[in-house]
Amino acid sequence: MISQFFILSSKGDPLIYKDFRGDSGGRDVAELFYRKLTGLPGDESPVGMHHDDRHFIHIRHSGLYLVATTSENISPFSLLALLSRLGTLLGDYCGSPGEATISRNVALVYELLDEALDYGYVQPPSTEGVRNFIQAEAVVSKPFSLFDLSSVGLFGAETQQSKVAPSSAASRQVLSSRSDQSQKNEVFLDVVERLSVLIASNGSLLKVDVQGEIRLKSFLPSGSEMRIGFSEEFCVGKSELRGYGPGIRVDEVAFHSSVFLDEFESHRILRLQPPQGELTVMRYQLSDDLPSPLPFRLFPSVQWDRGSGRLQVYLKLRCDLPPKSQALNVRLHLPLPRGVVSLSQELSSPEQKAELGEGAFRWDLPRVQGGSQLSGLFQMDVPGLPGPPGQGPSASAPLGLGPASLSFELPRHTCSGLQVSFLRLTFRPCGKANPHKWVRHLSHSDAYVIRI
Amino acid sequence: MPYLGSEDVVKELKKALCNPHIQADRLRYRSVIQRVIRMSKLDQWGQAEVLNFLLRYQPRSEEELFDILNLLDSFLKSSSPGVVMGATKLFLILAKKFPHVQTDVLMQVKGPLLAACSSESRELCFAALCHVRQILHSLPGHFSSHYKKFFCSYSEPHYIKLQKVEVLCELVNDENVQQVLEELRGYCTDVSADFAQAAILAIGGIARTYTDQCMQILTELLGLRQEHITTVVVQTFRDLAWLCPQCTEAVCQALPGCEENIQDSEGKQALIWLLGVHGTRIPNAPYVLEDFIENVKSETFPAVKMELLTAVLRLFLSRPAECQDMLGRLLHYCIEEEKDMAVRDRGLFYYRLLLAGISEAKQILCSPKSDPSLRLLEDQAERPVNSWALDFNTLVPVYGKARWATIAKCQGVEHHGPELPNTAAFPTSGSLIPEENKERVQELPDSGALMLIPNHQLTAECFEKTWLSLKVAHQQVFPWQGAVHPDTLQMALQVVNIQTIAMSRAGTQPWKAYLTAQDDTGCLFLTELLLEPANLQMQISVKQSEARTETLKSFISVLETVIGTIGDIKS
Repeated sequence: MISQFFILSSKGDPLIYKDFRGDSGGRDVAELFYRKLTGLPGDESPVGMHHDDRHFIHIRHSGLYLVATTSENISPFSLLALLSRLGTLLGDYCGSPGEATISRNVALVYELLDEALDYGYVQPPSTEGVRNFIQAEAVVSKPFSLFDLSSVGLFGAETQQSKVAPSSAASRQVLSSRSDQSQKNEVFLDVVERLSVLIASNGSLLKVDVQGEIRLKSFLPSGSEMRIGFSEEFCVGKSELRGYGPGIRVDEVAFHSSVFLDEFESHRILRLQPPQGELTVMRYQLSDDLPSPLPFRLFPSVQWDRGSGRLQVYLKLRCDLPPKSQALNVRLHLPLPRGVVSLSQELSSPEQKAELGEGAFRWDLPRVQGGSQLSGLFQMDVPGLPGPPGQGPSASAPLGLGPASLSFELPRHTCSGLQVSFLRLTFRPCGKANPHKWVRHLSHSDAYVIRI
Repeated sequence: MPYLGSEDVVKELKKALCNPHIQADRLRYRSVIQRVIRMSKLDQWGQAEVLNFLLRYQPRSEEELFDILNLLDSFLKSSSPGVVMGATKLFLILAKKFPHVQTDVLMQVKGPLLAACSSESRELCFAALCHVRQILHSLPGHFSSHYKKFFCSYSEPHYIKLQKVEVLCELVNDENVQQVLEELRGYCTDVSADFAQAAILAIGGIARTYTDQCMQILTELLGLRQEHITTVVVQTFRDLAWLCPQCTEAVCQALPGCEENIQDSEGKQALIWLLGVHGTRIPNAPYVLEDFIENVKSETFPAVKMELLTAVLRLFLSRPAECQDMLGRLLHYCIEEEKDMAVRDRGLFYYRLLLAGISEAKQILCSPKSDPSLRLLEDQAERPVNSWALDFNTLVPVYGKARWATIAKCQGVEHHGPELPNTAAFPTSGSLIPEENKERVQELPDSGALMLIPNHQLTAECFEKTWLSLKVAHQQVFPWQGAVHPDTLQMALQVVNIQTIAMSRAGTQPWKAYLTAQDDTGCLFLTELLLEPANLQMQISVKQSEARTETLKSFISVLETVIGTIGDIKS
C-alpha cells in the first residue's frame, strides 16, 4: 500500500512527513515530488507521477498538497478516496484545514495518521472511533466571535435577526477537547447544488447539468438517530411518476452506505445514525430537464470597427429567478482579445464594478434581484487585431473574445426543486435539551458558460 | 495487515489464502471464499481489499462462477467509486470467457463512471476519464449518448480538457457527430494555443470517418490566419492526405495562401511535403517552393531543408520546366555551402541520382506506395476486453499505455508485480528478499530475451531429418477464422526471424506450413501449423532440439503474437 504520506503547502514547504515503509532510500521524497510537479510538461497530468520506481499520487485540498507514494500498482480510485478521507479527518479534528492550522497542530496530525494508517494500510478511519486514541488537543486560532461574519461558509445559516448561528461552523472542529462535554448539540444539513450550463452563441441551450449533494455535519453524540424527509412527489429517474403534478425529479441518486432506505420507497424518508463529523448523505444528479428556467440569460451584442480598432460590447443580463429570490456575488468573466488598451464602461447601477485584468474583464454585481435586468456597455481599443477578413464595422465577434462565464450563489434556492421537508431526531442517547437543527439549501454555479 | 472488519474475517482470509493445505483442498477453499464474500460488516476499504484478494481465486465451474457473481452484484452499486471499480475488475476477469457478461458489467458501471467524471474532485475526474478511454477502446459506442458530459468547461485544468477532447474524438457516431464537431470547432479558437491545437488534431482524427464536415471546418479555420492554428491544420492535412486519399482534392484547394502564416518547423515540413507530393494539383506550387528556396540560407531547421530537397525533386519530376532552375540552385547551395552534413549528404545523393538518369530517379522517388489504409484498419481494430481487463482499476490507465511501458522498463526486475503471492501482502525491503525470490530475480532476465538469429538457413532435407528425430515438445490449438493468406503470414513471421520451409498454397485443404527458427545459443525450433478444413482452429506443434522450457515458452509467445495479429486483421 502506501509507502510515504506527506503534506505540502501550496508553495511546496513540507508541513507533515510520515514514512510508513522506510523504503525511501534516504532521498528527500517531498522535495523530489515538488520539483517534479513544477517541472511537469504541459500535457502530462500531475495526478499520477512516476519517479525512480515510485508512484506519486496527490490531491489538492484547501490549498494544500496531500501526497501519497506507493511502489505498487494499486487502484487510483481507492487511493484518491483515501486522500480525501484523510483531508476530511484532519478538517474534523483541527478545524478548517489550511497551512496555519496544520502547523499549529502537528502533534495531533501525526497521531491521527498513526491511527488512520497502519504500516501503510488503511484502518477504520471513522472520526468518532479514532477519538479514543488521540491524546493531543487541537489548537484553535481564536474563539469564534459572533461579529466574525466574513463569508457564508458551509454548514451555517445566514445571519438573521432572530437566529444568530455562527456561520463559522465550517471551521469549528467537531471533536473539541474531552473536558468540554457541554458542547452545543447541533446538526447542520446542507443541500448544495452545482449548476453547469453551456449556452451557444445563438442562445440555444447546449447542456445543463445539476450535481447535488446533501451534506450533514453532526455535533450530536453518536447513537442518535435521525430521519430526513423529502416531499412525497420526489421522483427518481425519467419514467417514475408520483403524485399528480410534474413533481420534483432527479435522474440518479446515490446514498451513503450507512443510510437505511427502508422507508425511502414508500414515504421518501431516509433514516440514519450519523457518527460525529461530516457525512455526505445523498448525491443526486439531473440533466437536461430543469423544472425552473435558468437563473441567468445574457444577451450580448458586439460592434467591432476593424479600421479604428474600436470594440464595443453591450451586455444585457437578465435574471429569471422568482421575484423574491436573489443571486449573490455574481461575477461575469469575459476574456478579451490580445492587446486591449483601455476600457470604458457604463453600468446600469452604481454598486457594480468592472475591472480589466489579465486578458479579461470582470464585472461584479454583489446582489441581483430576481426578475431584474442589468446592462453594461464596455468600449475598448484593440489596435491591430486579426480576425475574419472584412472592411468596416462588423457584428461578428473578433478572435479571442471568449465565452462569458458567470459565477454566482443562489441562497435558499435549489435548481432541481428538491427541498428537505423535515429533519427529525427520533432517538437521543443523553436526552438533553433540544438540539438545534439547521437546514439550508444553496445552489452555486459550477461552470456557467455563455458563448458570444 | 489491512483491516477487514473483524478478527474472524481476518482469520478466514488467512486460512483461505495462505494455508497451502486449504488451497489444495478445493472444497474447503471454496467454502472459505464463500464465507468471506458473505461478510456484511465491511466498510468501503475492507470491501476494496477483499475484492482485490478475490482476483486470485479461480472458480471451478460455471455454476460457481455465476454464484460468486450474483453474491458480488451488490458491490457494483456501492457509493464508493473504489469499490465499484474493484468489483467491475473482478467481474471482468472472472467472466473472461463470457463476453456478454462483460458487456453487461460495463453497462452497469457506466452510471458510476459518468458520475465520477463530473465529480468535484479533479483528480477523481481524471482517473475516471482515463478509464472511460480504456473502455472506449473495446466498446466505442458505449458512451456515445452521453457525449454532453465530456464537453470541456472553462475552468478545468489543462490535463482534464485534453482527456475530454480525446474521449470526444473516440465516441463520435452518426447521431452526435454534428454536435461534437460544433463543440470542437469552438475549442479550436480557444485562447490557449495548446488546447486549440489538441482540438484541431481531434478533428483530424474524426476526419478519417466523417471527411466532408471536418474538411469544411478545417478550411474555415485556415481563413482565420492565426499562426498556431494554421500550422496544426496543415499538419492535419498532411496526415489526411496520406491516410485518406479522397480528401486530397479538398486539401489541395485549401492550401494556397497558408505559407504566409507558418513559421514553425513542423508546419513548414508538412506544407512542403504536401506541395511536393501533390504539386501537380496545386497550380502555384513551384512558386511557393521557390520562395522557400530563396530563403534557404536563413532557414534554421535542418529538417525543413531535407524536406525541401525531397519535395523540389519530386515536383521537378512531374513539372520539369518550372522547377529545373530552382532545383539547380538548391542543389548547388546544399552541396557547396550547407554546413549540416545530413542535408549535404541528401543533396549529393539526389544529384548523383539525377546524373544516373531521369527514369531511375522517377523509379526511386515516385514508385507506388504501400496501401496506408491497411495500417489504419489495424490501428482501429477493437481490442478485446480481456486484453486490458487486468489493467482496469490500476495505475496503468492513469499513465497511459505508452508511458506505462517506459516505466515498466525502468523498473526492471527489482520489483515483482502482484503475481508472486508472498510479496503482494507483505512487501519487504530489499535486503530481506527470501532466497527463492532471489533466484527468480536472476532467472527473469534470461528468459525475457529470446534472440532469434536472422538469416537462418536450413535445407528441406535437414529439416525433415531433424523433424522426424525429435518428439513434440509443445502442442497448442489456436482459434482461427476463414482462410489463410500465406504471403502475409510468411512476411509477418519473417519480421520476427522465423523462416518458412514450406507453406501450402492459399485455399488448399488441409492447409499446412513448416517453420524453423534458431536462437543465439544454437537451439532449433521446428514448427508445424495445421489448419483443418472443418475446424475453426489452427493446430501448432513445436519441436525443440534442446530441452529448455524457458526459451520454449518465449518462442511460443512470439509465435502466438504473430498468428494472433494476422488473425485479428482479417477478422
